[in-house]
Amino acid sequence: MFNNPVLTFIQLMNGISLGMNLFIIAAGLTLILGVLRVLNFAHGAFYMMGGYICFSLVGLFAGLPGGFWLAVVGSAIALAAFAWVVETTMLRHLYDRDHLYQLLFTFALVMIISDLVRFNWGTNVLSVSLPNGFRGATDLGISFYPTYRLLLTGMGIFVAISMWYFVNKTRAGRFVRAARQDREMLESLGINVGRVYMLVFVAGSALAGLGGALAAPAVSLAPGMDAEIIVQCFIIVIIGGLGSLGGAFVGALMLGLLKSFGVMLIPNFEIVLIYLMMVIVLMFRPWGLLGKPEAK
Amino acid sequence: MTLLDVSGIHTSYGISEVLFGISIRVEDGECVGLLGRNGVGKSTTMRSINGLTPPSKGSVKWKDKEVAGKRTYDIAKSGVGFVPEDRRVFPELTVWENLDIARRSRGKANEWDEAKVYALFPELETFKDRKGGYLSGGQQQMLTIARSLMGNPDILLLDEPSEGLAPLVVDKLQEQIATLKDQGLSILLAEQNLNFVLDLSDRVYILEKGEVKFEGTPEDVRSQPELVKRYLTV
Repeated sequence: MFNNPVLTFIQLMNGISLGMNLFIIAAGLTLILGVLRVLNFAHGAFYMMGGYICFSLVGLFAGLPGGFWLAVVGSAIALAAFAWVVETTMLRHLYDRDHLYQLLFTFALVMIISDLVRFNWGTNVLSVSLPNGFRGATDLGISFYPTYRLLLTGMGIFVAISMWYFVNKTRAGRFVRAARQDREMLESLGINVGRVYMLVFVAGSALAGLGGALAAPAVSLAPGMDAEIIVQCFIIVIIGGLGSLGGAFVGALMLGLLKSFGVMLIPNFEIVLIYLMMVIVLMFRPWGLLGKPEAK
Repeated sequence: MTLLDVSGIHTSYGISEVLFGISIRVEDGECVGLLGRNGVGKSTTMRSINGLTPPSKGSVKWKDKEVAGKRTYDIAKSGVGFVPEDRRVFPELTVWENLDIARRSRGKANEWDEAKVYALFPELETFKDRKGGYLSGGQQQMLTIARSLMGNPDILLLDEPSEGLAPLVVDKLQEQIATLKDQGLSILLAEQNLNFVLDLSDRVYILEKGEVKFEGTPEDVRSQPELVKRYLTV
């Protein structure tokens, strides 16, 4: 199959585009994990909500110019608001508890959201149509490629660059990195770390909503779509290194490419491949590709 | 004027009580030493003052306002600078970034900025782009103090600044802290290095088992070797 350059190119592009969409979601997960030390099981459910809310908003905004884009932004904002409620009323009371409480709590959220989605949108498969201007394919020289998938790739890269800039080059980003390293010390310097945590949770969850909304036209919306995505995001975060944004980027690309070429080369083993990749990475770098070994 | 007035505080970690009614005060511009062996409650006293481990009983008056039970960041913003034991620089942030996140103007005349901090600790300027985790112990100690200064505090809670540092570095640090004191900054200094505290302090308290056993001047301590033997030598 590698002797067919056009096919290889298309699979390469598919892998990158899938990887970039996964990155947007995994970036939120790894940000929350790195700063709050909370492994948010519900992150996939947030992604699913993003997709469904986008579906409803597209209907609501039908006829408006750029309605789809309003729906995408609206989904991210809706998830931010939802995360704000979750954090301020519930999650913040669990930070000082054992990790088990946080896991149970976010797992409960998964169940609640899953039922809410069934209740509100039903169990039928829903789909969002591609936005105007992104329905066709673009000539990339080697072959034509779906324009919307190019856009997904571009969005992933845009999110990656924005996040890198925010975390490393802005003062707010410095607070985020400091909160990740020593919460008490940052608090002692007069910073309201509780607010930093809340904003990180809100921003990370908004990314899940954004990822879900952007994916909506490219996938089908169905209950259970969250389970697949959360497993993939966990693998990305583990491969890349817990809490590492750069690691999530590399991990998402690897997973995207492996899935797209795996389907082509050994379709029967495609599902196993990503776990195999995780095992191999963990054998040689238990702390992930760009993570750091635990001190002591 | 009494800047900090701690009276009768009891503090515990979970079920183990560490402080049993500690009372200390710091006047404006004073350097007060807290002496005592490991584990007598010096660090806990500081953590009780800045709210990291709030006391269960007693009062902490900061500029005549009760702050026991207030949030750590609010206490910090009102002018309490904390330089903890083991330094705790942010290891992944550069020296400059460590300083930048602590920057806070409190509307005082002649406030601290990077230039002034670098003037006091010239080594930090040399390494301003180096990550905190890659500094030597002495440099980290200077960075922690400098970082607190960036918030323009009215008092510094200095916890064991000389711990683990080479004698030459300790001498230099002592001069730098003396400079801060001369500039009018109030300091509460917990130390095990006796000469270091006695040289810097106007008054000292000796703690044992979470209680104040002695209060007096450095001269009192120097003239009573039995005090040192009883409460300080290991």
